[in-house]
Amino acid sequence: MGAESSPKIAIVDENPIRAAILEEGLREAGFTDVVRINEMQSLLSRIYALDPDVIVIDLENPSRDVLEQMFQVSRAVRRPIAMFVDQSDAASIQASVDAGVSAYIVDGLKKERLKPILDLCISRFNAFSRLQDELDRTKSALEDRKVIDRAKGILMKAKGLSEEEAYVLLRSTAMREKKKIGEIAQSILTASELLK
Amino acid sequence: MTKPLHIGFIPLIDAAALIVAVDKGFTEAEGLDVALVREVSWSNVRDKLNIGLFDAAHLLAPVAIASSLGLGHIKVAIVAPFNLSLNGNAITVSSALHAAIMAEINGDRFDPMATALALSRVVTTRRKRGAEPLTFGMTFPFSTHNYQLRFWMAAGGIDPDEDVRLVVLPPPYMVDSIASGQVDGFCVGAPWNSIAVDRGVGQILHFGSEILARAAEKVLAIRQGWSEKNPQAVAALVRAAAGAAEFVEQPENRTEVARILARPEYVGVDADVILRTLEGRLKISADGTVRESSRYLLVGREGAPRPDPVQASWLYAQMVRWGQAAASPQALTTAMAVFRPDLYEAAIGIQGEHRRDRSNSIRAFAGPDFDPADLAGYLAAFKLRRGLP
Repeated sequence: MGAESSPKIAIVDENPIRAAILEEGLREAGFTDVVRINEMQSLLSRIYALDPDVIVIDLENPSRDVLEQMFQVSRAVRRPIAMFVDQSDAASIQASVDAGVSAYIVDGLKKERLKPILDLCISRFNAFSRLQDELDRTKSALEDRKVIDRAKGILMKAKGLSEEEAYVLLRSTAMREKKKIGEIAQSILTASELLK
Repeated sequence: MTKPLHIGFIPLIDAAALIVAVDKGFTEAEGLDVALVREVSWSNVRDKLNIGLFDAAHLLAPVAIASSLGLGHIKVAIVAPFNLSLNGNAITVSSALHAAIMAEINGDRFDPMATALALSRVVTTRRKRGAEPLTFGMTFPFSTHNYQLRFWMAAGGIDPDEDVRLVVLPPPYMVDSIASGQVDGFCVGAPWNSIAVDRGVGQILHFGSEILARAAEKVLAIRQGWSEKNPQAVAALVRAAAGAAEFVEQPENRTEVARILARPEYVGVDADVILRTLEGRLKISADGTVRESSRYLLVGREGAPRPDPVQASWLYAQMVRWGQAAASPQALTTAMAVFRPDLYEAAIGIQGEHRRDRSNSIRAFAGPDFDPADLAGYLAAFKLRRGLP
């Protein structure tokens, strides 16, 4: 591999969305030679066929142990990993484990060329986690809204309230009991189910 | 205890003492607040222990040594004040390989030397035929599984790096891999051998305890720095684990222990399979043949909980034999210092009883008696080896 050429990066991730986000980030940063592996069967032989310079893997993946084998010198290992991160890189390890990603350099690539790749992976993985959290929050907000609408309907019917009045009642109850509106609405639904 | 301790584990039966210590309240009784964290790979357990995300972990004994020696990863000194298990592994082969070995065998099919020599003949025949080399799965480069497979094969004249392929496979993938023909056999801990037998895709050829009578398998691993700063927590953890290990071994508790381990947040497999492991009664083939061994898995019996530095030196000797570590007296001392019987004994408050000489405690089925004081002499007795002592 010449000094100028882009290193070949293999992304091992069973989550296709995260892998796509990572690949896009790497391409934007000028790493044009990126391959995704989402099939864990015969991972080692897939990797030998691709012959990458850097392997990036998510920490939820049990196959991480398969890559550790590449440190060994044996018939099964054709091109050993020279170094993962050295002793001075404790901070990098910490950041990458926190983000949930790990990177391996295959023999031949200079260590300093890994740093920008690893940093990018860490930031993309963190971005993905934030995205996931946001998605979860949006989902639960949507759920809440459905529950609140149904609770309002029950109150309107039972107490002859307008929609506005039903909502005010829900909100003031939530404030008084220091609970979320969604929780009060859910308890109204549960109670009405029990009283049916 | 104000801050909860985070302890990592891999879903395997040999985490029993740790899981039961927490689930049955042994840790709580010691004033410890413990959060168990289930992990998917040994690399994750090692890294999270090394950087302090875990305070302690269920860890492959050789990984604790490799980490202290800086092999394969950053160097972080680890201590093992408690041995979670001895033995517990088995070698399982595909039905096709089993038939091939049995066709070549001279002697007792449960004798590891007889099967190793038979395997050697199978390997030779395949080579003459131009067939692909046999592939065997194991769990990690620094694992007892790796060393047991190598020790067994090499005794029959098979070079594990040249004549066959040894590949790392995560334990939950072993059964599928033997079913799909990706591997011809594997060495793994419970419950995966039994699951392969139950699915009719493999036969248990040997219990690990037939290769080595006593082999340190999983340890309770702690960063040395942390253990020095928190001696009381370490002692409390050792006592809780010791209480749990004893609980696990009581025959009347086995059903309950199997049910606890079977829960999805722990091992997540059928309680019956776990019970067979705890009882050392394993179905070895799909036709229902059962073999028993009281030594299949030792958790709280026969002095298993006491970390034995001789065990550490044997594991280090395997690293040297297979070229993972250079031979040096300093490295040997470092490796032996990972296993800390002193911390165990101080916590438990017993002495003497387990102090007798265990220098021959490994008891391998082949090769000379192991003597950590003469590592070079021991290794020189093996024809097949990588590193030169």
